[in-house]
Amino acid sequence: MSELEPKRAIDGAAEESIHIPIDGPAPLFTQLKGFWTTFAAQFKKVTTVEYPEVKEPTAPRFHGRHQLNRHPDGLEKCIGCELCAWACPADAIYVEGAENTDDQRYSPGERYGKVYQINYLRCIFCGLCIEACPTRALTMTNEYELADDSRKKLIFEKEDLLAPLRSGMLQPPHPYYPGTDDQDYYHGRVTEAHPSQEQK
Amino acid sequence: MKDAILDDPGWLIAIKGLLVFVFCVVCTLLAIWFERRIVARMQLRLGPNRVGKFGLLQSLADGVKLALKEDLIPAAADKLVFIIAPIISATTCFMAFAVIPMSGPVKMFGQETAFQLTDIPVGVLYILSVASVGVYGIVLAGWSSGSTYPLLGGLRSSAQVISYEIAMGLSLVAVFLYAGSMSTIDIVDAQDQFWYAVVLFPSFIIYAISMVGETNRAPFDLAEAEGELVGGFHTEYSSLKFALFFLAEYVNIVGVSALATTLFLGGYHAPPGLGFTESWLGGWFTFIWFFIKVVLFFFVFVWLRGTLPRLRYDQFMQFGWKLLIPANIAWIMIVAVLRYFTINGASRTSILIFGGAVLALFLLGSSLYERAKSKRITVDQSAVDAPAPYPVPELPMKISTFTVPRAERERE
Repeated sequence: MSELEPKRAIDGAAEESIHIPIDGPAPLFTQLKGFWTTFAAQFKKVTTVEYPEVKEPTAPRFHGRHQLNRHPDGLEKCIGCELCAWACPADAIYVEGAENTDDQRYSPGERYGKVYQINYLRCIFCGLCIEACPTRALTMTNEYELADDSRKKLIFEKEDLLAPLRSGMLQPPHPYYPGTDDQDYYHGRVTEAHPSQEQK
Repeated sequence: MKDAILDDPGWLIAIKGLLVFVFCVVCTLLAIWFERRIVARMQLRLGPNRVGKFGLLQSLADGVKLALKEDLIPAAADKLVFIIAPIISATTCFMAFAVIPMSGPVKMFGQETAFQLTDIPVGVLYILSVASVGVYGIVLAGWSSGSTYPLLGGLRSSAQVISYEIAMGLSLVAVFLYAGSMSTIDIVDAQDQFWYAVVLFPSFIIYAISMVGETNRAPFDLAEAEGELVGGFHTEYSSLKFALFFLAEYVNIVGVSALATTLFLGGYHAPPGLGFTESWLGGWFTFIWFFIKVVLFFFVFVWLRGTLPRLRYDQFMQFGWKLLIPANIAWIMIVAVLRYFTINGASRTSILIFGGAVLALFLLGSSLYERAKSKRITVDQSAVDAPAPYPVPELPMKISTFTVPRAERERE
């Protein structure tokens, strides 16, 4: 066998290659097999999912609506760095950061996302924003029912995107967990809110 | 029964006319629903199931939607013909139903009659002629649109319907020979013992094939081949005019199915062995038998659509002219000779012997032909096998069969 000739992957398989008939049409009964295929298909289970009534779960890593996550004590993870907005190929994300102060603390560290908008008319659900996020603030949920009847309703604001407060979380702004700083938050050492954090 | 129909008072004829019209329209609505559901099942889908119970009202909703659409007439169109074309299509398809016997003798508003509008001595020829007038609708629609795709669609369709009308007409000849009449009632009555689908099986098959070609349905839907001609002859049509074409197509299908039922499946009569059902519901049960047979034919239409890809134009024409028509003519000759012998009192055995001899001759001829053909092919094969003096790419079909032996040779 010469070098130039493409190497056969499996020699054994090539020997029992399929014979393609080249002269004339296939015998009548071979042709009629197609009729049986379609007839029998009528009695098979349909693959249709009757969507609004039946909702099948998505794949676990399905790219759905975004979510802005929180630290366990309720502080936002978003630090307003705009990396998601820069990563977005569809220019669907708009972020405005602002400074945290000691009596107006939304997130650990210096800054937080003051304005956070995602335009779902532009979003292509590619997930590049999620890859760009340095604090895992931005992730995607499996929610896909995003249809609406106006352009305005499809621009999601920060309050639409923020994860709900779970038990043990406090609504920011509120100070750090007593005796911790931003590094403790980033290393996951804060696991719940402390009563003293509650803003008066 | 013939007299009963011909003695109908005028008001009853009018009512029956209306009933036939309503039957056709309701059939169309149900047929579209049925087709979409069945094709969907064949493709492992569900089909329309939202509007009404089981989606039964889907086609009604579609019809209303179509009627409310904007009615466009292209600037390049011949306006008058453009408007007349769908009207021709839609009227002629209903006219064919006038002579179809849809039930046995029944009582209607106190009158002894049958569910059949009228009976004429050349009923079947009348249906054929009306069907060919219906082609004008398609041809004129294609021509008057002032656009290329519709024109091509219209041309294809005229060529198609003309060719397949010949095959269709020829397959009816055998029926006429056996029934001795062209009146639909007489033909139905002549089948009280055996259906012509059994006695004249080749005619039945050819009719069944050519009726698909005649109604422009898949796999013979070249006139509206979506992949090639956008929408074919009705590309430029919208709104109610398009709805008329749609209606015409389905009424035509029901029409040819009804004709096939009448000519080959014993019309409104019950299947053999179930004759006692014919008196149920005061004779109206015969209508149910008729309807069941028509639905059966319609199912075959849907089945074909779900199974076969569209034919190429030349294949389609070859199939019609080189196979259906010659086979039909040969079959008619045999039927005519047999019929002549029977009428002149030949015994059954002699007819069987004659039939057997013809069959044997046919088989001999076909096997000789096949042998000659295979010999010719082997010659072609060796010419292909011979190594060419210069490098040539292998034929795509032969890659699997030819690369293997060569590889083996090199290994040895």
